[in-house]
Amino acid sequence: MQIAVLSGKGGTGKTFVSVNLAVTAGKSVYIDCDVEEPNGYLFLHPTLQNQQTVDVTVPEFDEGRCIGCRSCLKFCRFNALVFVKGKPKVFPELCHSCGGCSLICPAGAIRETKRTVGRIETGQSGTVTVITGILNQGEASGVPVIRQLLCKTPNAENVIVDCPPGSSCTVMESIKNADYCLFVAEPTLFGLENLKLVAKLADVFHKPHGIVINKDMGKENPLDQYLSEHEIPVLTRIPYDMALAKLNAKGKIAVKRESYQSIFLQLYNQIRSTGGIE
Amino acid sequence: MKIAIPSEGQMLESPVCRSFGRTLYFIVVDTDTDKFQVIDNKAAAEQGGAGIKAAQTIADSGAQAVVVFHCGQNAADVLKAADIQLWKAVPGTIAENIEKFRKGELGRLGEIHPGFHGGQ
Repeated sequence: MQIAVLSGKGGTGKTFVSVNLAVTAGKSVYIDCDVEEPNGYLFLHPTLQNQQTVDVTVPEFDEGRCIGCRSCLKFCRFNALVFVKGKPKVFPELCHSCGGCSLICPAGAIRETKRTVGRIETGQSGTVTVITGILNQGEASGVPVIRQLLCKTPNAENVIVDCPPGSSCTVMESIKNADYCLFVAEPTLFGLENLKLVAKLADVFHKPHGIVINKDMGKENPLDQYLSEHEIPVLTRIPYDMALAKLNAKGKIAVKRESYQSIFLQLYNQIRSTGGIE
Repeated sequence: MKIAIPSEGQMLESPVCRSFGRTLYFIVVDTDTDKFQVIDNKAAAEQGGAGIKAAQTIADSGAQAVVVFHCGQNAADVLKAADIQLWKAVPGTIAENIEKFRKGELGRLGEIHPGFHGGQ
């Protein structure tokens, strides 16, 4: 079962929930898709076993062959190509690697070359296999790294996907193969507005879903009405707890303390039952 | 010399537009003949790469200089490749900026910002 952990904004506790869920699940795979700032490894401290690069293709021009017809410029939806002073020029970071320009070039002046945009590190932390996607600094899109991360996912019983924040392309790529979407939200108005975005996204993708309310104050909160109206099951409420915050800030796995085990065990079992997998 | 300026309208009395890549119009003035030409900026509604596409339009117009408030890195790269000078606009109309350019009262655009690129 692949569980994607997502939230409309950063800092709600996606990684906190993901790493603790992975440890609770026992033999599991934790995949860090927050490739712009992966931090699951700070909690799990995996021993590095394998490293591979993530490459994308970008066009390279044979200027001698270019006839200046600009067919490639007209084709490129992302404005990654220009033609000035009689020469073509590529903006590689805008290229989405569709390969269309090289196909359409009537002069055969474009060939595809590789460009490295990031890397993937695989390691082991106890029973948890940790796979981390790392986007190189300055790159515009994490999608190619996430795509490669998830196409190689081992077919394990428990796969936890720690998604990037937000609800844009990188998140869509991260939840595409998920069996279940687990939202993490804070009980605030800001938290509600961001939750709405990911809840809509999970609907568009027809994913079964549920929510963890993090930093719950035990009072009536702004999420309740929306959650009941949209029939989003609340799987667990993690209390606003200074001791828990301190553990997390130190990069400790909370479920290694007995007092926090029941929260995540309950969550894990809830997902398996509401996710339709027993 | 042909000078291109992003413009909010289609006249010399129009104010200079704050944006380069997403301006609706460019006005290209030929300082030798005082004739001017209005160019629609087809990049204005692009999802991404607007600055690059707008710079391509300017390069194709034959302009040798651009007067702007701001310019992103990618657009600046295209303009530089096309040997187009970048001058700093002052608040006011297109005509006022052209006049200041003639008198040598405009400065070169020193600062190039990294670009205002949205989400992915």
